[in-house]
Amino acid sequence: MADPRSERLTAEERDIFRRLIGIMIPADPEMALPSADDPLILEDCIATLGRDSAAIRILLADLKRFGFPDLPADQAEAKAMALLGENRTEVQALSRVVVAAYYRDDRVMLAYGREPRAPFPKGHVLPQGDWALLDSVKQKDPFWRDDRGA
Amino acid sequence: MVDVLIIGAGASGAAVAWSLADTRMRILCLEQGDWVKSSDYPAHGRDWEARRYTDFDIHPNRRARPTDYPINEQNSVMKIANFNGVGGGTILWTAHFPRMHPSDFRVRSLDGVADDWPISYWDLEPFFDQNDHLVGVSGLPGDPGVPPRHPPMPPLPLGRTGTLYAKTMNKLGWHWWPSDSAIASMDYEGRGKCINLGHCTPGCAQGAKASADITYWPAALRAGVELRTQCRVREISLNAQGMANGAIYFDADGKEQFQPAEVVVLACNGIGTPRLLLNSASARFPQGLANSSGLVGRNLMLHPWPQIRGHVEDELDGDRGPMNVIWSKQFYETDPSRGFVRGYTMQFGRTTGLVNEAITSAAAGTLPWGRNHHKTYRGLVNRRLIIGIACEDLPEEHNRVTLDPELKDSHGIPAPRIDYTISENTARMMEHGIGRATEVLEAAGARNIYTSRTLLNSPGHLLGTCRMGNDPERSVVNAWSRSHDVKNLFIVDGSIWVTSGGVNPTSTIQALALYIADQMKRRLGNLFDED
Repeated sequence: MADPRSERLTAEERDIFRRLIGIMIPADPEMALPSADDPLILEDCIATLGRDSAAIRILLADLKRFGFPDLPADQAEAKAMALLGENRTEVQALSRVVVAAYYRDDRVMLAYGREPRAPFPKGHVLPQGDWALLDSVKQKDPFWRDDRGA
Repeated sequence: MVDVLIIGAGASGAAVAWSLADTRMRILCLEQGDWVKSSDYPAHGRDWEARRYTDFDIHPNRRARPTDYPINEQNSVMKIANFNGVGGGTILWTAHFPRMHPSDFRVRSLDGVADDWPISYWDLEPFFDQNDHLVGVSGLPGDPGVPPRHPPMPPLPLGRTGTLYAKTMNKLGWHWWPSDSAIASMDYEGRGKCINLGHCTPGCAQGAKASADITYWPAALRAGVELRTQCRVREISLNAQGMANGAIYFDADGKEQFQPAEVVVLACNGIGTPRLLLNSASARFPQGLANSSGLVGRNLMLHPWPQIRGHVEDELDGDRGPMNVIWSKQFYETDPSRGFVRGYTMQFGRTTGLVNEAITSAAAGTLPWGRNHHKTYRGLVNRRLIIGIACEDLPEEHNRVTLDPELKDSHGIPAPRIDYTISENTARMMEHGIGRATEVLEAAGARNIYTSRTLLNSPGHLLGTCRMGNDPERSVVNAWSRSHDVKNLFIVDGSIWVTSGGVNPTSTIQALALYIADQMKRRLGNLFDED
């Protein structure tokens, strides 16, 4: 029996988790994107379950009850998608963990035109934009409400 | 013994400490949190977005650092955001820096609701100006929607996102102006200029964002103020004459200590301050210290803040810049034809990075999981517009902070409980703002328009729970923020607000703190006399 206070998944939970997140974010050949159950991303997810681990283990237990590990692919996908469509805090916890690991993966960041790096110290360039658009606003009379004399 | 004991090292505590330092009094500040080092900030790591949901989450119950205290918010439609540390809420802050408007101080006289403040915008104006220069504000003079002011730095860039907003607002004929931001658009007073690290809320590794730990505190410490961190105050104590004589606190080792003081200044925010006063009940003040009015903890205002989002076809800035872009005062002042009194600021934002786009779009039902995930995501990322509606939240006594009968912090001190609902006037204002923001997004060509009304939006504006006023039966502190009941007890944080305006409060909180400190300095010879 898994210890619900532990942040570490059992081998069985890990298998369910891997199958679930592979359905959640599959690979994309068009952009050469990996799936979320790619070994590197999976390890990142598992290493960062942290304070969301208890909520995620509730989802994994639900899936186990429905025989998720042994379902054929189409039924497993249907079951996973139904679960992910539920408005539950556990699903939000799962999405936080999986998305955080997935969208900081080098391959994914590069595919979206982002340098795979931390924001600091290089930062980014923000163009000034078109300040001439303010000219018409500058012509407006003051319209704040002056309380002096009210 | 110290002359002045300040409790809380956030926006207001820092400002009052700095201002009082020139009196050469012995000043000590106790802060329950700690310093945050630049290298601690998430922007140093690849996990910077994920940390917005862990140790840099704006919600203390989720963040759960050892320096945080729990808050029972189950009976509130809005969740509580704060940060406990040197700099307080300015650590986790977007650094929007609008001022309250003159009409915000006169709501009873002008609109027949709530109460007027005992002071005016014009009393605060010199302190707004002083604060803008000390903090370092980027903005543009000449806005017809607000009184004249002169930010010391030019505005932050519009970028692609701001240019689209501006074109759209011009098409609609509605007012807009670059937002005043407490973010350095150029090198300023030893701080580097903004280098566009991304969303500013989880702290600025560059130091361009004017959190109070890098603006007021270095100057206050140089001037001789002492700041002790990891010191959580349990209770303000009284002498036999009913004057505050110090504070009982737990030090960094968890040992109970007593700090005697001639004057006590509370700067713990609109929840922490009433919590401390209620925890300081005594035989003389059985309802809580300084609470003969029964108003300590009441009239809590949290600023309901709907967010309306949509996505456009062309790529925008995404997270490559501060959240702050432009504001609109088009609907700020009262217009009875709208079906509500008072008004709101529309705030137009940039968005966050790859991770947060996916998290928030999935939560909104815009981004599916499974086979269509990538195709949909490609049409969302770096294409989001987001408009916040900063609604004036009028005071209502049933919205309040009390002590939870069971919940306690790590030192065993009773935790606050929040009871809060949204008034009918505010609800109508919110819907009006949502409608206008939807018009803007539609005019900008946005799709997937989605409104988040309250639950996801917690601006962390904690106001009104120890209101200022001339009548001791209808207020907790007087017009210069001294307790009506305890003549050497002052409050300088957002809890003294009489009404909330429709703006982010930090600029006005700090201007008020400077004003109060100035009033104290003018009265040093008779500070404890009757009004």
